[in-house]
Formats: sequence, C-alpha cells, structure tokens
Amino acid sequence: MPELPIAVAMSGGVDSSTVAAMLVRQGRTVVGMTMQLWNQRRLPELALEDGAPSGSGRCCSLDDVYDARRVAEQIGIPYYVVNFERQFEEHVVKPFVEEYLAGRTPIPCTLCNNYIKFDRFLEMADSVGAHYMATGHYARVRFDAATGRYQLLRAVDESKDQTYFLFGLTQAQLARTLFPLGELNKPAVRDMARSMDLAVASKGDSQEICFVPNGDYAAFMDAYLKEKGIAVERASGEIVTTEGRTLGRHEGVHHFTVGQRKGLGIATGEPLYVIATDAATQRVTVGGNDDLQCARFAAKQVNWISLAGLACGETVRADVKIRNKHAGAPAMLFGTGDADRVEVRFDDPQRAITPGQGAVFYDGEMVLGGGWIE
Amino acid sequence: MQHFYFDHNATTPVDPEVLETAVACLGQVYGNASSIHHFGQAAKQRLEAARRQVAALINGSAAEIVFTSGGTEANNLAILGVTRASTAERRHVVTCAIEHPAVLSPAKQLGTEGVEVTCLRVPPSGIVSPEDIRRAVRAETVLVSIMHANNELGTLQPIAEIAQIAHQGGAALHVDGVQALGKVPVDVQALGADLYTMSGHKLYAPKGVGALYVRKGSRLAPVTYGGHHERDRRPGTENVPGIAAFGAAADIAGRRMAADTERLAMLRDRLENAVLERIPGSGVNGSRWNRVPNTTNIYFDGIDGEAMVIALDLRGFAVSTGAACSSGALSPSHVLKAIGLSDERARASMRFSLGRGNTAGQVDALIEAIGASVAHLRRISVHA
Repeated sequence: MPELPIAVAMSGGVDSSTVAAMLVRQGRTVVGMTMQLWNQRRLPELALEDGAPSGSGRCCSLDDVYDARRVAEQIGIPYYVVNFERQFEEHVVKPFVEEYLAGRTPIPCTLCNNYIKFDRFLEMADSVGAHYMATGHYARVRFDAATGRYQLLRAVDESKDQTYFLFGLTQAQLARTLFPLGELNKPAVRDMARSMDLAVASKGDSQEICFVPNGDYAAFMDAYLKEKGIAVERASGEIVTTEGRTLGRHEGVHHFTVGQRKGLGIATGEPLYVIATDAATQRVTVGGNDDLQCARFAAKQVNWISLAGLACGETVRADVKIRNKHAGAPAMLFGTGDADRVEVRFDDPQRAITPGQGAVFYDGEMVLGGGWIE
Repeated sequence: MQHFYFDHNATTPVDPEVLETAVACLGQVYGNASSIHHFGQAAKQRLEAARRQVAALINGSAAEIVFTSGGTEANNLAILGVTRASTAERRHVVTCAIEHPAVLSPAKQLGTEGVEVTCLRVPPSGIVSPEDIRRAVRAETVLVSIMHANNELGTLQPIAEIAQIAHQGGAALHVDGVQALGKVPVDVQALGADLYTMSGHKLYAPKGVGALYVRKGSRLAPVTYGGHHERDRRPGTENVPGIAAFGAAADIAGRRMAADTERLAMLRDRLENAVLERIPGSGVNGSRWNRVPNTTNIYFDGIDGEAMVIALDLRGFAVSTGAACSSGALSPSHVLKAIGLSDERARASMRFSLGRGNTAGQVDALIEAIGASVAHLRRISVHA
C-alpha cells in the first residue's frame, strides 16, 4: 500500500516552501495546498498608494499563490488552492472586528490557527487522503508516553518561536501535525531553500496580521464596517485620566489599545498611555507608565496541552507570556472552579496586560496551555 | 499515473488534424493578411477559407463572421458594440442570471454608461422562460442576450422563441454560443440570432481565437480602435494560424456532429445513470432534457465539491466545480445559486463534461472513483 500523503500548507513564503521541499527530499508523498482566506479586491479604499490592491505582496495575494505554485512545480508535487474565505471571515475577521469594538485587542492569527489552519485545512487533508499536515511554523510537537499527551515545545530558534500563536491546538490536532522547521533556525532554513534552489529562497518574511494592510487595523475596521453597512458614528467618547479628568474626545474605542502612546491627539507635558478602554461607556482611560503595571489577571477558554488541567485551588508555577513580543515572566497559576478559567499572579507586575490577547503558560520549553486574557 | 479528462466545457484538447493545420500555417504562412504581395495574399487566402468554414458550421455567410481573440472578446463586442451603436431612445438590455461572466460583466459595464439592464431570473430547470423575456422586452430594448447552452448545466435555451420575441420588440438578439458550438447543430437562420458568439478552444482548436457572427445589416460599433481589419469591426493583424486552426476545427465538427453527439450522449447517460443509481443523496442539477449531450451537473449531498475535485484529481480524473477564479481557488457557482440551489448544495455539486477522447472504459473508471471519493468524504464529514 502506498504511503499516505502529507498535506503541506503552502503560503508562498520561504518557510512553508522549504517544508514541502524537505519532505519531498525525505521521500515522502506530498500534496501542496494554499489557503485562499481573504479576497484582497474587497475594501478597495484600503488600496496602497501605488494603486495596487491592498492585498498584493501580502498573505493570499496572487503573487503568493504564484510563488507557491512555482515551488510546487519545481519540486514536482500536486498543488491546489483551497478556498476558505467564508470560514476565515466567519471565524477570524468577524471576531477580530467584534473584539476591537468591544474594547479588546484580539490576535487573529491564533483564531486562524484554531479554526482554519488546524481545522478546516486538516479536514481538507483528510478529504484528499492525507493523514498528516505540515506547516512552516517554528515550533515542535512531541508525544510523551508517560502522560499519554502530545506536547508543544518552543522552536530551537527562540527568536522565531511561534508557540504563542499555537496555544489553542487540541491533542487531536497535534497528533496529526508536523512542524519540520522546529529543530532549525531561520538562517539554516534560508540556506536550505537556497541549496535546493527554491524560487522563494530570498523572499522577505510575512507580517503578522495578513489581511490588514500596513498594520492599520483601525482603517481596516472602518472599511469593513462600511462594507457591512454597520454605522459606528455613535462610538465616539471621552478620553479621561485615571483621576477622572476629561482630556478630550475620540472617534471610537476600537482605535485604541492598552499601552498605546501615539495617536491620542492630546498634547501634555508627560507621556500618556492608554490604560483601559471600555466599550460600554466608550471611555478611554489614560495615565502614566506606572498605571500600566499590573500583577494579576484571569485567562478564559484555556486550552491545556502538556498539562491535563488544573483543579480548583490547585497551583502550578509557569512562565507566562502575555503578548507575542513579551519575554514571559514567572507567575503562579491558580485553578478556579471553572475548568477552562485560570487566575494568573505574576511575581512582579507586568506592563500593559491587554484584554483579548493570549496568555500562554510555559514550563521551560514546554507549553502547558494557554487562554485569552479577560 | 494516468490522467483522464472530463472537463471539456473548460477547454478541449487540440484535434491532431487541427494541430497540423495550425503548425503548418505558423511555419509557412507568415505574411500579413493586409499586405498586397504574394505573402500577404497567401495569408489572406487562409483567413478567408477559415471564414467560410466557420460560417458553414452555423449556416451563416462568410461576410458575417468577425474573428476575435476568443469568446470573451466576441461577447464584449456584441453587447457593447450593439448598445453603443443604438439610438438614444433604445437604452435597455435584457439578459439572464445564468449567463457567463463574459456577458454579465459587459452588461454591468453598460449599467455604468446609463443603459438599463434587466437580468432575468431562471427557474430550477436552468432554462429561461420565453414568457419572462416577453415581459421584459419593451420599446426601449436594444438587445436581448441569452446563451445557447449553459456552461455548467448544459441546458439549451429556447433561442428561436426568444428571437421572435426580441424581434417583435424591435430588439436584436445576441446568443453566446460558446458551449453549444460543435455539441449541437447550430443554424443561425433557424435560431434567428443576430449575433452569435463562438470560441475555438471549446471546439478542439487552440486558445486565443474566436468569432462573432454578425447578421448582415446589424448595427455594431467597434469597441477597439486601430485599423480596418474585419470590415472595420475588429482592428488588429489577424491571428492567421489560430484562425486557420479554428476553420479546420469547424470543418471537422460539422463532419463529426451526428456521430459525436450520439456517442457522447450515450457515455454521459452511462455516467449519470450509474452515479444516480449507486450513490444515495445525489441528483442532477437543472433539466435532464434539452441539454447538450456531453454535460451533466450532479450534486452529492453532504460533500464538499472542492475537496472532491482535488480527491478525484489525485486519483487521475479531471472534473470541475463552480467557476475558477484567478488564484485557482473556487467560489460557489453563480449559475447554481441562480437556479435556486442552496449554498450548501451548490458547494456539493460537480460538473462532468465529456469529449471526443473519452471512452466507456474511462467512464466506468470515473464511476468507481466517484463512488470511492463520495464514500470517503462522507465518512470524514461524519467524524468532523
């Protein structure tokens, strides 16, 4: 019986292209697929200055599909573009917009991983007879016989580690996922791509939020809401200090994120930061850097990975990362009565703990689990 | 692995005899058909011979054939050309929801130029009701544009009846014949079409060549400008090798028509009957009567058509679903939605379009592969 093929999620970038080529080199049967997630011709007002559609040169652009197709041709594998636009809008874009409108700061990449890449894509892999899927993520998966659980480990190249975005992966998903780049560092991946003469070997790295041009999420939201015919004029509100002094007005809490300093439109002597946003009152609270420090928060919808769970009152030590760029800080996790809710107490206060972001719990290189900051 | 082709409505392989004509012409007939000298005359002769061949296939006259780069250009020329040549009083166009984008998009463009466009709904049969056309046509109507055969369902439209209605209202009738040419006999006199669009690559000729039949006396403004080619209707140096190939393909299609249609209908019915009999929760979209003989569009409830296309391709069978977009990804078919299918059923539908190269053995292998793929996909979706 022929070996079951591996479905590789190919974005057209150097990482996933190298994964596909590595697996072919190892003699595996590979099917390449690119997920079409967002129609970059939508929201024409977001077009870049050179007149190119807002998606060109970005995720899901025709350029990327062209690159992925070219690599697939080069390494001689069947290649398909699969359309998940509908599911992407439903599970990623809509919640992204709703979270911002609710005054939180979402991370769409995690939602995309949970609901699209490791769900719909895996189902598509199944459909075409593939048991495993592989991606170009920098992370490692290992089965631990002692606990009977699949573990998610930080990438060997810590500077590229993407486990922060992968905390939502279930045991069933991890069991069928390969991350061939987890053991490599980025320069080695580029070298490998060059040595295999892949067409994308010197292509630049992609940006974080693929469907938002230039990282201007507020402009994206305005355009998206306009397309949907949702009015947000009523969203204006006051900017107040922590002492309750009104400093000015703003055009909607979704333009602000905790820790933000620029774009407040207020001239003051000392630097001011956004401390909190409240969608119900449309109030943006600002203050000094010290006001951003906080030592505790709760995480909801926790997904456990190497740890099976945390009983009520049970505690465990962990390094907790509260945003992708956060180095992680030592904390104590407290189990609550609620199985998927955890209280986190840092040893030292941390800056700008932001509702809507992910909190990922590490024990050294191992991901214990993670959840969403309340 | 062997690959079998069941997507002839997307495009056809070039017929060996047509290929010979094209290659010989490409190698030897390099003159510009507008030149006075020997070389130009040789090219002109090929051009005009092909014009007669294409005209003969549809019972038109050679002077009524305008060669284009393909079906899309011919549709644009017909729809924009007739409307732009019309008087200020006649600023209304009638078309229908299951037309190809090469008709719907120029019609939409006319909408931005102050022309009113009526896009008729189509019943689940996939066949436009002439009564609906009658209700839509009025004194201002300049053009009715209805396809001869639908690309996804294969359903044939009642063109002769529609022509009468259009002409009674003083409107011209344009027929997108891309999916009918070569599959059913086409007689523009009997149909009453004033303009009829043709495409070479659906007829075993190469891509990049097509034609528009323009009935003598029709008013048609050019849509591109540059020279006096094609009786001032389509400027640009003629693609003589492509046109010669198209002529040869038209000639072959005329000769093979009766035998081809009978054989393809037999193979198509063999496929359709076996699938419907073996696979529960399957059915044919659109009318099973009044269809071109090579096409069937079948839904398989509970499966994702996109996944099935990939699964079948990996087993060596090329079929299609929906309309391909520029990236190669698929979006639900506007045709299936227009005839009233739910999004879910539209996504669970596949088109099988047969052609000259298919054999009974291939069809039987396809039936097996469809059965296995549907069973696999349904098993997965139960788990998911």
